[in-house]
Amino acid sequence: MFGKLSLAALPHEPIQAGGAASVVLAAFTVIAALTYFKKWKWFWTEWMTTTDHKKIGIMYIVAALIMLLRGFGDAMMLRAQMALASGANHGFLSPDHFNQVFTAHGVIMIFFMAMPFMFGLFNLVVPLQIGARDVAFPFLNSLSFWLFVMGAMLANISLVLGEFAATGWLAYPPLSEINYSPGVGVDYYIWAIQIAGVGSLISGINFFVTIIKMRCPGMTLMRMPIFSWTALCSNILVMMVFPVLTVTLAMLFLDRYLDFHFFTSNLGGSAMMYINLIWVWGHPEVYILILPAFGILSEIASVFAQKKLFGYKSMVWATIIITLLSGLVWAHHFFTMGAGGNVNAVFGIATMIIAIPTGVKVFNWLFTLFRGRLIFKTPLLWLVGFILTFTIGGMTGVMLSVPPADFQYHNSMFLIAHFHNTIIGGVVFGYFAGFIYWFPKIMGFKLEERLGKIAYGHWIVGFLLAFMPLYFLGLDGMTRRISHYDSATGWQPLLVVSLLGAMMIGGGVVFQLLQIAYSFWKRKEFADTNGDPWNGRTLEWSIPSPPPVYNFARIPTVEAIDDFWEQKQNPKHPAHEKIVYTDIHMPKNSGLGFLIAAAGFFMCFGFVWHITWLIVSSLVVMLAFIFYRSFDQDTEYYISAKEVEKTEIQMRKGEH
Amino acid sequence: MKKIKFKNLLTYLISLFVLSSCKLAVFDPKGTIADQQKDLIFTSFWLMLIVVIPVIVLTLFFSYRYRETNKNAKYDPNWADNKYLELTWWSIPIVVIGVLAVIAWKTSHTLDPYRPLESKVKPLEIQVVALDWKWLFIYPEYNVASVNYLEIPQNVPINFKITAQAPMNSFWIPRLAGQIYAMEGMQTLLHLEANAPGSFEGLSANFSGRGFNEMKFLIKAGTNEEFKLWINSLKNSPERLTKERYDELAKPSEDDKVQNFSFVEENLFMNIMMKYMPPMSCH
Repeated sequence: MFGKLSLAALPHEPIQAGGAASVVLAAFTVIAALTYFKKWKWFWTEWMTTTDHKKIGIMYIVAALIMLLRGFGDAMMLRAQMALASGANHGFLSPDHFNQVFTAHGVIMIFFMAMPFMFGLFNLVVPLQIGARDVAFPFLNSLSFWLFVMGAMLANISLVLGEFAATGWLAYPPLSEINYSPGVGVDYYIWAIQIAGVGSLISGINFFVTIIKMRCPGMTLMRMPIFSWTALCSNILVMMVFPVLTVTLAMLFLDRYLDFHFFTSNLGGSAMMYINLIWVWGHPEVYILILPAFGILSEIASVFAQKKLFGYKSMVWATIIITLLSGLVWAHHFFTMGAGGNVNAVFGIATMIIAIPTGVKVFNWLFTLFRGRLIFKTPLLWLVGFILTFTIGGMTGVMLSVPPADFQYHNSMFLIAHFHNTIIGGVVFGYFAGFIYWFPKIMGFKLEERLGKIAYGHWIVGFLLAFMPLYFLGLDGMTRRISHYDSATGWQPLLVVSLLGAMMIGGGVVFQLLQIAYSFWKRKEFADTNGDPWNGRTLEWSIPSPPPVYNFARIPTVEAIDDFWEQKQNPKHPAHEKIVYTDIHMPKNSGLGFLIAAAGFFMCFGFVWHITWLIVSSLVVMLAFIFYRSFDQDTEYYISAKEVEKTEIQMRKGEH
Repeated sequence: MKKIKFKNLLTYLISLFVLSSCKLAVFDPKGTIADQQKDLIFTSFWLMLIVVIPVIVLTLFFSYRYRETNKNAKYDPNWADNKYLELTWWSIPIVVIGVLAVIAWKTSHTLDPYRPLESKVKPLEIQVVALDWKWLFIYPEYNVASVNYLEIPQNVPINFKITAQAPMNSFWIPRLAGQIYAMEGMQTLLHLEANAPGSFEGLSANFSGRGFNEMKFLIKAGTNEEFKLWINSLKNSPERLTKERYDELAKPSEDDKVQNFSFVEENLFMNIMMKYMPPMSCH
């Protein structure tokens, strides 16, 4: 009846039971709160069924922050274990559990923290920046979001039922094949990523079409804000490589469930094919994440230096070059495979070349600051922190790209230090900057500055303490993914420093949560009354905060880069003409996105535990929903011109 | 009071980094290959500093100089492009990366782990099998084998042939040479030479499951005489690595002690690799 699922799947170890209990408790709290405050109807009509890109964006970011806490919890366990487990002390995690924790840490942080944070920012900002009223396919947007949520739930349910993969975050075969990993851990891994990955692909298509087709009149590609440019390139990469991920994991699924031999060691399978394919996705993936961070920082540099962005064209071309090159470097993840000098040299050199456009971007930011008037609010602080840390990460990245030197760094703590240096110092710092920068636009109030600065200080110092020691440990021959080491290695002091750094980052996270809570409490005081709290330059700042559901009462016409800035300088700009209100065509809410994704969740859960009836019935239900939606004609409505006028007058009351 | 404490902590931290970096395995090479890899690491590091240091200095300088409160600094809100400046920072990284690319191309070939080392001395072949979770070393010339420990003569080129009967591992002796993967059904090669005596840590650098922690070994480089003595001690070992004994050895186990074998089944290494080959079709 329940396939492989039985009571034995519940956790037995006390630490694992603690993890399970926290998941159950969190779910229970949410459900109880919604029930107690009688908010179910509100939650359904305002959020679960919404097709409004702004609300979907908010949900993405809330989910990403929750997953950040989960992934950070994993990180703290890893760092604590590493600081303790020297010599006779074996720490508090068994190797089995430790292996699951580092796998989960990687999977959660990339798939369920960074990706939704990125799509959250796209949702919040891209339509507003290009002067659109929503994304191209609002319903698919809701579907993407709920598919992601289901993937995240599946990954977290593994804490309660069964186990998670203990293979490392990319589940290399043959370790991830059925003979070496017979448990359900790898199956959770496959299905959590599959369902979320489909969501990412749909989002990629959605934003690509949005940016290509829905820019407002006058906004040529070469007038588009840099964040939207990076979003465009990032989504092109999503469309290029997420299908590869889906197919690769589908092949691994066939190996595990139906005795195929794509990646097995015997019968002609090749594990190396998997490793190639997964990095054909995996390397562009890091550029998918970092390009939008570059975009955010370009916006912030120019707004907070109160100056035009230096070298707009260079920035665009650098972005395009990085996009193209990112697809040509995947083999640098396995120089140690023994492919020979020619292959290694080609991929190594291709990798180094990426440093050129990236370096150009850094110089362009610097010369945006040059002769500016720098307003040191938190977003600009994050920019400075980003340049300092990311430059170090970039340097070690180029060092890693020299193949014979890589033989000495590969899979060592040096590598761990490098990619955290680029992902935290790059992606996370960039996204935090964007979060603070666009927060008032979406929520209608600014975040408090002092707490933000304290959090920033904790993050920067904590980051340096946590990761700089790892470079040294790597050069001393410490590999990643070990849960115990001899005391004679002398690694413990540096690992304790690293733990202290992680705890400091933890302090930073606490101050960020306090900052959000405090700002919410004092939201009247921090209110953004005119929609343009930073003296912005791009269209999103031309509308009230938070924006009305239709964003723009009149679709703007753009005449230049930084058009909103021009508007403010030029009284003859068309934006100042009197608005003639018209009816606005909007998408209706729909619960089907959630329902289709939920059916998908049950199907994946059925696959994990080999419950055939659940797989079949969920698939039928899912197809029925999709079929129903395909023939549903009643998906749009109009907001009357009168109503728009009323809303606009109401919303713009606060303005001068 | 508080400040002094912070200073002490800082001094402690800095000395920790400096002290530890003096004896870091990769920076303390005992073999010709690791030696060149260390030089390569420093070359790429110095080259990168040509760009990194100006960036860090400019970031701090501009942040300070153009702060809002400094009304003496020039403010030029519409200054947004300058061909010469842009040309400069497109070309500096291009030159730096160009130099590094040439170095990378050359060293990818000279330091290719598959390339036999040039030497007048006859090389020694050692076959390596990564098992769940231990390392087996076979000396075909002497028909002996050992687990998790091996000795080599210094100043003699060593030709490692590496395979596995386990999930993928990576064979790494940081003080002697960079790593190479150990994979089922495949053979990889690693050439190295120790140029100083000593015992060095060897380990797997690629995660391979539950017992991965203990996937370590010790490699001792010594004189030819010392090496011969050790081979003789293996010859006197009561244990023989027959096919049956190998199958038993290959079963997953953790934290294995050093084992010696005075005899190795013929073609064992080849047979381990061939296990994974598809069955030959009959014509």
